Amino acid sequence: MLQPKSEAELADCLAAAKHPMAIRGGGTRPIGRAVAGEVLSTAALKGITLYEPGALTLVAQAGTPLAEIEAVLHAENQRLPFEPMDHRALLGTDGTPTIGGVVAGNVSGPRRIQAGAARDSLIGVRFVDGSGTVIKNGGRVMKNVTGYDLVKLMAGSYGTLGVLSEVSFKLLPEVETCACLILEGLSDQSAVAALSRALASPYEVTGAAHAANRGGRSRTMLRLEGFAKSVAYRTDALRGVLAEFRAVEVISDPDLVRQMWKDQRDVTAFAGQTGDVWRISCKPSDGPAIGAKIKGEVIYDWGGGLIWVLVGEGHDLRKTLGAFGGHATLIRASEATHARIPTFHPEPAPLAALSDGLRRKFDPKGILNTGLMATAMPAA
Amino acid sequence: MEMPKPNPAILAKRTRIISRLRDVLPHDAVIDDPHETRAYECDALTAYRCPPLAAVLPQSTAEVSEVLRICHEEGVPVVPRGSGTSLAGGALPTADSVILGVARLTQVLETDYDNRFIRVQTGRTNLSVTGAVEANDFFYAPDPSSQLACAIAGNIGMNSGGAHCLKYGVTTNNLLGVTMVMMDGTVVEIGGAHLDAGGLDLLGVICGSEGQLGVVTEATLRILRKPEGARPVLMGFDSNEVAGECVSDIIKAGVLPVAIEFMDRPCIEATEAFAKAGYPMCEALLIVEVEGSEAEIREQLDVILDIAKRHNPVELREAADADQAARIWLGRKSAFGAMGQINDYMCLDGTIPVSSLPYVLRRIGEMSKEYGLGVANVFHAGDGNMHPLILFDANKPGDLELCEAFGADILKLCVEVGGCLTGEHGVGIEKRDLMLTQYTPTDLEAQLWVKDVFDPKWLLNPAKVFPLSVTETRRDHAA
Ligand SMILES: Cc1cc2nc3c(=O)[nH]c(=O)nc-3n(C[C@H](O)[C@H](O)[C@H](O)COP(=O)(O)OP(=O)(O)OC[C@H]3O[C@@H](n4cnc5c(N)ncnc54)[C@H](O)[C@@H]3O)c2cc1C
Ligand SMILES: Cc1cc2nc3c(=O)[nH]c(=O)nc-3n(C[C@H](O)[C@H](O)[C@H](O)COP(=O)(O)OP(=O)(O)OC[C@H]3O[C@@H](n4cnc5c(N)ncnc54)[C@H](O)[C@@H]3O)c2cc1C
Repeated sequence: MLQPKSEAELADCLAAAKHPMAIRGGGTRPIGRAVAGEVLSTAALKGITLYEPGALTLVAQAGTPLAEIEAVLHAENQRLPFEPMDHRALLGTDGTPTIGGVVAGNVSGPRRIQAGAARDSLIGVRFVDGSGTVIKNGGRVMKNVTGYDLVKLMAGSYGTLGVLSEVSFKLLPEVETCACLILEGLSDQSAVAALSRALASPYEVTGAAHAANRGGRSRTMLRLEGFAKSVAYRTDALRGVLAEFRAVEVISDPDLVRQMWKDQRDVTAFAGQTGDVWRISCKPSDGPAIGAKIKGEVIYDWGGGLIWVLVGEGHDLRKTLGAFGGHATLIRASEATHARIPTFHPEPAPLAALSDGLRRKFDPKGILNTGLMATAMPAA
Repeated sequence: MEMPKPNPAILAKRTRIISRLRDVLPHDAVIDDPHETRAYECDALTAYRCPPLAAVLPQSTAEVSEVLRICHEEGVPVVPRGSGTSLAGGALPTADSVILGVARLTQVLETDYDNRFIRVQTGRTNLSVTGAVEANDFFYAPDPSSQLACAIAGNIGMNSGGAHCLKYGVTTNNLLGVTMVMMDGTVVEIGGAHLDAGGLDLLGVICGSEGQLGVVTEATLRILRKPEGARPVLMGFDSNEVAGECVSDIIKAGVLPVAIEFMDRPCIEATEAFAKAGYPMCEALLIVEVEGSEAEIREQLDVILDIAKRHNPVELREAADADQAARIWLGRKSAFGAMGQINDYMCLDGTIPVSSLPYVLRRIGEMSKEYGLGVANVFHAGDGNMHPLILFDANKPGDLELCEAFGADILKLCVEVGGCLTGEHGVGIEKRDLMLTQYTPTDLEAQLWVKDVFDPKWLLNPAKVFPLSVTETRRDHAA
């Protein structure tokens, strides 16, 4: 395993590399197929470079543990806006999730519908491309249109365009309190209709989820966050909006609400259960019809637009679903399944050509997480 | 500002190019009369002008594709154009280029309130996108001051912002998908009504690429429900430093206003003379706006007013009704117009870390004396996006050049303190030659790779964004 201690060392490693490298942050998000090659770890690239609470900005080295960042922000009553999930329970991994891994996977939680994805809060990157060149883009200011936005391109590129060495974020104030509205027993169809109604209200819903819970009673949840008086006011108002769907139960103990949404964020319902895990992004109102095609467990988030699926092992869910507007990612499966089914959703030919073209530019030696994002399987 | 010399080979086959374009477009959609092409000789950076070889106004994605296929075959540069309100020269043509205007692509294709998006053709103006959903109490958040005129096409081209982006983000945070035509005529769909990319985030790099990667003909935009109410407060302070500290303290207190706007004394004086908004005469003025129900507005304003009081304001004024709210915004909204009345001005757009605000304002004041040119500052203080307006006299020989040199020094200062050259207006030709102050040649090279992949022949808006010396071999190779 290579573990460079500085960006310059990282650059040397990649400049010298002749064979594929498996890029690792904390080793907690082995999403998709196993990557061949020598492990290149960012764990030694640690530390918060700059934190200015009054400017809502944070700059950190990519290998900095997420927990360290969250603790430092918490002390100033601030947070990362996009609520990154912790994959450890779902994937059965241990280790220390890094901020670079969060960015590389564009990992965003339930709050994505209101506060945007990781890519929306990311304002700057430094990274080393596949030839060992250090590249920076963006910076530490919130508004920046100077040149092309490679910041967005790097978010969600899963280490295939470069190894991140430093990332900058804009932050948000921590919320004072939160509350949760719960409706039980709704069909998927009515649940998504209720979530849409809530999201189309002026009450700033920051979480909109539905657990279909196929053997039992379904549970639909809405989260409100902010100052106490405001949350109380909006809880009442939203309860009125949703009354036509079902009786609404309100949970106002913030600790309990936080725990419920942490479970939702981390998909703990599927943790430890056998089966493959898929993640589908779709138009929210298409959610129920997509869910109906699936013979397994489904949990909706993002108002119906994100579907977590637990199904029997080895099935290509994309075949079951057919064409739809959106994409399905195979998050967890056996090695044999990963070897057969691409992790990422196949793209139409012209887009795949653009993505391949970009990869060849940023990784001319083809050594960065080789094949991880390939959507055509190599011939067996 | 230097532009590449027109390619004589292209000028020589002008007639053939125009006739081929006429073959695929309605007669009135191809403009080649020299009187009429002058309408396309510049954008809002009016100091630079050059009529194009021709301008075309296609009416469908298919027509855009035909135009690009022909220009690709003929090796003709194409400059995409929305409404031509760019302040950076983004839509400035060269004599050997075809302007591809999307002004006739204005339809709303789909509105979906359940899924909270609207799909429009990109020639539609920013304000009329909100106009299309307003009756249902929805709005499209990014609100550039030019929103009455500017098109979604240019907003995507420049990744434009607005006064309310502190809360709602800029164009890229509100753009869900595009239909785009590649330079060779291929039509691609990227993103849609779902969130986030399934593979690489191509949409993210297209937004803000200044018409260099493809021509965007349709866009899926996120729409939001209007808040129940909004209210601004106006605060006056006797120094820029104190106003800056107040901004920082508001942010640290955990309230998130939708807008925090800042004006300095020269700007206050000019707008007062012009708009008579009733602003107090002081060194620095803040307009802070919050949103929500009446109770929520009260709660947030109480926190904000408390903080303001700790900074000895010379004025603290909360809007009591809609009329007073409008008056508070009146001066800010007419600031550019007011400056235009008294002088020619150049509007800069650098962003700085909020913490260096007092230092940067002091330095700008000093440089203003050195250059002998006045500056008024008005800007989005919450996110550090400055708009220094440098006053000059266009009729005085040498004044424009002096103003540009002063502007370049201010932008270098922005970079020096950790900021950037442009927060929302784009690079265009205006800041092209300063790019190397912010980025190393290798940083820029990585950006050029993206263009190499999307537009291998370097035909789309080729003389923009990057210093000409940096792109020379690529552009020559294409010709
Ligand atoms: C116990 C265990 C053992 C493993 N052993 C191996 C092994 O021997 N060989 C092997 O190939 N894999 C192995 N993996 C998988 C490997 O750890 C993951 O593919 C990946 O490194 C996840 O690391 P992470 O927690 O930092 O995840 P994250 O940091 O959350 O990373 C998620 C994704 O982002 C990428 N990434 C992380 N940091 C950066 C960065 N700074 N810049 C760019 N991209 C980045 C990763 O490559 C990964 O694709 C193992 C995983 C575990 C849990
Ligand atoms: C008075 C005034 C106030 C302003 N206020 C603001 C403000 O508050 N915030 C802000 O961000 N900007 C502001 N601007 C700048 C300008 O309005 C924005 O940059 C706007 O988005 C440009 O839109 P447009 O349609 O006029 O684009 P154009 O000027 O026509 O083009 C802008 C860029 O987009 C490219 N482009 C155009 N159409 C397409 C297409 N179909 N596909 C791909 N690329 C395309 C062009 O090639 C060019 O590079 C202001 C301008 C003025 C004059």
